[in-house]
Amino acid sequence: MTTHTAAPAEDTAAHRPRSGRRGRRRPTLTVCTWLVLAWLLLPIAVMVLFGFNDTHSKVNFTWQGFTLTWYRHLFAIPNLTSALVNSLTIALVVAVAATLLGTPIGLALGRHRFRGRGSVDLLLFAAIAAPEIALGAALLSLFIVLGVPRGYATVLIAHVAFCIPYVAITVRARMAGHDPTLEEAARDLGAGPWTAFRLVTLPMLLPGVVSGALLCFALSIDDYVVTSFNAGRTVTFPLWVYSASRTGVPPQVNVMGTLIFAGGLIIAGANVLFARRRAA
Amino acid sequence: MVLPGWLWLAAFFVTPVIVMVSLSLQTGDFIDGFRQTFHFHTYAAVVETYHVQLVRSLLYGAAATTGCALVGYPVAYWIAFRAGRHKSVFLFLLLLPFFVSFVIRTQSWNVVLADNGVLLGPLKHLGLLPADFHVLATPYAVIGGLTYNFLPFMVLPVYVALERVDAKVIEASTDLYASRAQTFWRVVLPLSLPGVFAGVLLTFVPASADYVNAGILGGPSTTMIGNIIQTEYFTNLDYPAAAALSFVLMGTLLLAVFAYARALGTDDVLEVAAR
Repeated sequence: MTTHTAAPAEDTAAHRPRSGRRGRRRPTLTVCTWLVLAWLLLPIAVMVLFGFNDTHSKVNFTWQGFTLTWYRHLFAIPNLTSALVNSLTIALVVAVAATLLGTPIGLALGRHRFRGRGSVDLLLFAAIAAPEIALGAALLSLFIVLGVPRGYATVLIAHVAFCIPYVAITVRARMAGHDPTLEEAARDLGAGPWTAFRLVTLPMLLPGVVSGALLCFALSIDDYVVTSFNAGRTVTFPLWVYSASRTGVPPQVNVMGTLIFAGGLIIAGANVLFARRRAA
Repeated sequence: MVLPGWLWLAAFFVTPVIVMVSLSLQTGDFIDGFRQTFHFHTYAAVVETYHVQLVRSLLYGAAATTGCALVGYPVAYWIAFRAGRHKSVFLFLLLLPFFVSFVIRTQSWNVVLADNGVLLGPLKHLGLLPADFHVLATPYAVIGGLTYNFLPFMVLPVYVALERVDAKVIEASTDLYASRAQTFWRVVLPLSLPGVFAGVLLTFVPASADYVNAGILGGPSTTMIGNIIQTEYFTNLDYPAAAALSFVLMGTLLLAVFAYARALGTDDVLEVAAR
């Protein structure tokens, strides 16, 4: 389909009252949207469904019937379990470290005009726009030249590097809607710079910081490209799944994927509720 | 205050790129070690050897980007103008794939499109498709996977741009007796182009450089440049060639982005688009 469907040629403008935005409309666009959404969600449904598949071979391609076996034997594959543990611990450390390092950049960009601001902006843009493989290959080159063995630590370093820009822009976006006179008022009322930051700036900033940290966790746990270049013999969850995709992915992967999906939904839902309660 | 984060980025983002360029200008081999010789012939050699995969990557990236724009624009338009009170619900549905690992999503397509899998199996059984029909390992599978994986990166910026279009401007256009089609082509579309441009940037760059889709859904004839870079680093251990290829890829993509920005920035293109 083309963008033509976005504007049905039918000229109803003359017939319908101008105030009524719901004129007679062809449902083409609505149907397309639903089809696209179904397309987007299909692989998720496949993942969830095949976690319940009563398959007996390693190949999990055809539906064999419903079972909860794979939920009961979730940790039956030791190196898959350790890959998942690696991914979870890496994501946790990265979320904390990248938030601590990225928040001040976002804060400074959102509030101050300082020398080198343009170059920081450009660097953040380049870091986000550059293809992941470029960052992965560049870091690998650095570690090769320095003779640093690749492993858990280099994955951490790499993940923190690609997460910092995302924290910075999330926090900066939060700062943009903030009135700087509030802090001045706090200072006028006798608060020290630290107190003003703690009581005025930080509570306002917190939702941005929390979303930044959650975003880092999600980016880190999901990353394949940068990790595959810098992991050495360390295996993370995505690396394990990728290498298994050549021979056959066991249903436990579907179950773990489903649980991560559910966990993500719960955290996202909690975040929304939390933001709403603060706003109320 | 900015310093720690800034230093981290300098140390692990800027420095690596410089080191990568330096590595690409070394010669030698893995056993005897590499020396800095500033020979540029590695670049000529890798482009000579791998121009097929390089061009293929850019073509697949362009095809996926076009697909994302054609599929994504109507969706963004519908959510922005027709979704009414439920906008946030639809935006959330759009983001739902990001809660599932990228590799698992791609692997799910492997399950769906398998030669005798849930989709092709029944169709072959009914005789609607020949028994040797397959989708996996073809360019369609890879481009389809790329389009699927990067679609939200197109829809979101287009949606944001459409959302910003002032309802008064659309009303003014209707007041001046423009038809719905004219209003779209001459008012809404030009105003949303910055979003399309951002979407193209966010889709084309990662799609061209991706090798997960080609690795999982593709075959020997759909190898992309990312797969080659990985092979050079990890199988052939030819670090200068790998570094040179990575830099060629990075440079090409940045040039493409720049060229497109120049092209889109001119009024001619806007006028063509408005017609």
